[in-house]
Amino acid sequence: MTAQPLLEVRDLHTHFSTYRGPLRAVDGVSLTVARGETVALVGESGCGKSVTALSIMRLVRRPGRILRGRVFLDGEDLLQKAGAEMRQIRGGRIAMVFQEPLSTLNPAFPVSTQIVESLKVHGVARGKQARERGIQLLEAMGIPAARERFRSYPHELSGGMRQRVMIAIAVSCEPELLIADEPTTALDVTLQAQIMDLLARIKQERGLAIILITHDLGLVSQFSDRAAVMYAGQIVEQGPVAELLEEPLHPYTRGLLRCVPRLGRLGMPITPIEGSVPDMAALPPGCRFAPRCPEAMDRCRRAMPAACEWRPGRAVRCYLYGDAEEAGEDRKQDHGVADRD
Amino acid sequence: MAQPVTGDQVLEPVAATTPGMVRLLLSNRVAVVAGLAVLGFAAIGLLAPVLAAYDPSAQHPEAIRAAPFWHPEGSTRFLLGTDSLGRDLLSRIIYGARISIFLGVVVVLLTLVVGTGLGMLAGYFRGWFDAVMSRVVDTLLAFPFLIFALAIMAATGPNLVALVLALAFKGWVDFYRVARGDVLAAREADYVTAARGLGASAPHILFSEILPNIIPPIIVLATLRMATIIIAEASLSFLGIGVPPSIPAWGTMVADGRADVASAWWIATFPGLGILLLVLCVNLFGEGLRDALDPRMRK
Repeated sequence: MTAQPLLEVRDLHTHFSTYRGPLRAVDGVSLTVARGETVALVGESGCGKSVTALSIMRLVRRPGRILRGRVFLDGEDLLQKAGAEMRQIRGGRIAMVFQEPLSTLNPAFPVSTQIVESLKVHGVARGKQARERGIQLLEAMGIPAARERFRSYPHELSGGMRQRVMIAIAVSCEPELLIADEPTTALDVTLQAQIMDLLARIKQERGLAIILITHDLGLVSQFSDRAAVMYAGQIVEQGPVAELLEEPLHPYTRGLLRCVPRLGRLGMPITPIEGSVPDMAALPPGCRFAPRCPEAMDRCRRAMPAACEWRPGRAVRCYLYGDAEEAGEDRKQDHGVADRD
Repeated sequence: MAQPVTGDQVLEPVAATTPGMVRLLLSNRVAVVAGLAVLGFAAIGLLAPVLAAYDPSAQHPEAIRAAPFWHPEGSTRFLLGTDSLGRDLLSRIIYGARISIFLGVVVVLLTLVVGTGLGMLAGYFRGWFDAVMSRVVDTLLAFPFLIFALAIMAATGPNLVALVLALAFKGWVDFYRVARGDVLAAREADYVTAARGLGASAPHILFSEILPNIIPPIIVLATLRMATIIIAEASLSFLGIGVPPSIPAWGTMVADGRADVASAWWIATFPGLGILLLVLCVNLFGEGLRDALDPRMRK
């Protein structure tokens, strides 16, 4: 028997209602994260990575709804929690870092207020103690002259500094899981490396588990233990990073890797994946990737393949590796979880 | 502690400066003068019992329609002359400032709190509350203010409570619409998602995260609304359905002097000038404030 994972997402479905019918942004995602582990969630824009993260936090707002699934944190189903309990978990046990550090800091307040507020909400510290702790946090994030910076407004800080502040706020209440949603996309390459090093260091020091959402395969290979590749709302393949990059199984993963230029393969052409992502409100009946897949068979266009374990730790959703079809989608178990706060 | 060389170091820590708002407002001379004038009017109103030479209701039968002091027939006893009942015009104008500003402030505060509160709730929670409120607001916008005011004042007779309600009846709608629109935009802002992600509750997000970001346009609207309210109050008083006749008000005074415009022009003219000056100054100050608070105008 293996130890209980920190986070277990089971068959999560999050749909957005649109005038053209339900948009299946997250469609049957299952994912586990062990304590202290970094799991990368990889995929193109619009494939449902961020909505998966927001669903875990139960931050999806109408017209979005979590239709069904389970999100276990330490064995407790977050989707069954009351609003107040959930608020204690957000920021307290699971924290999030977003892509745009400028817009995620409230422009009306200095950094100090925003850190102190978070400490206060979760009852970690208040008053002078909270201020001292905030300054220590900024120092720990590698912010020079932290005491002065503490009083700055967000617009007075540079991009990298703001992201360090965001990370300081995120880890201020000692969460067990950090969801980093494209944390370096808005930064230039040198800052990217610094911020990723910072995240890696925090993870080491605090034993944090991280879900790293990214479209950058370079970051995935350097900074994560396992990776899950998402396409059109589903995880098409997951496994340990080294194996997944060495021996990609799903045709989509293989296609993605062929798009990355590499040293040692200079001069080799970069092969794009033909076609474009499907219309999420009018998905094809079979495999979502079939219309773009170089290896698609008739069957792929008729019925969706189920995710199957190809080897221990490596799951893939493709008929090339398993015969199972996805069961019908009629079993409805509507939680209708859509938080208002 | 040795710091790695980071690319995002800034040379000197910038002290948290107050936004350049106050400086920008002070550099706008027209706005400063207008603001001081409004303060002056308010001071005159507050100090009316000290400043006024006469009781504003005291009648002087021996000096009916007396002319202002520079007029060949005038005297310095009544600086701006008297009205058809022999009441001192200057004293009445001083007391009139009091009621105009008092009503303006009370009605604006009332409509600001009600309109902003409802607008924020509608914009943040959407749903049926927003749908119902927004239809109510559309209906009110289509409803002629004067007809409602006439109806309520005719039903209750001139009294201050009814007047405040009549003036506030539609006034909150503007605050509602500004607050709702701004909250609608702010609720999608990343900092709101981030605050939710940190476990903040809805009231905290509304009042501590969003409100400080949407307050500047509401303050500007409040000053501009104040001018409108002063005009509306003067219009209702002019029609005889505003401030009770026992309280001196500029609108009533203009109405009183209307019959004598040919023979004693000053009776209607001076209170009319009072309305003009006060409203003009409030508006100029409001516009200066708007420019100073608009981030696009900074630097």
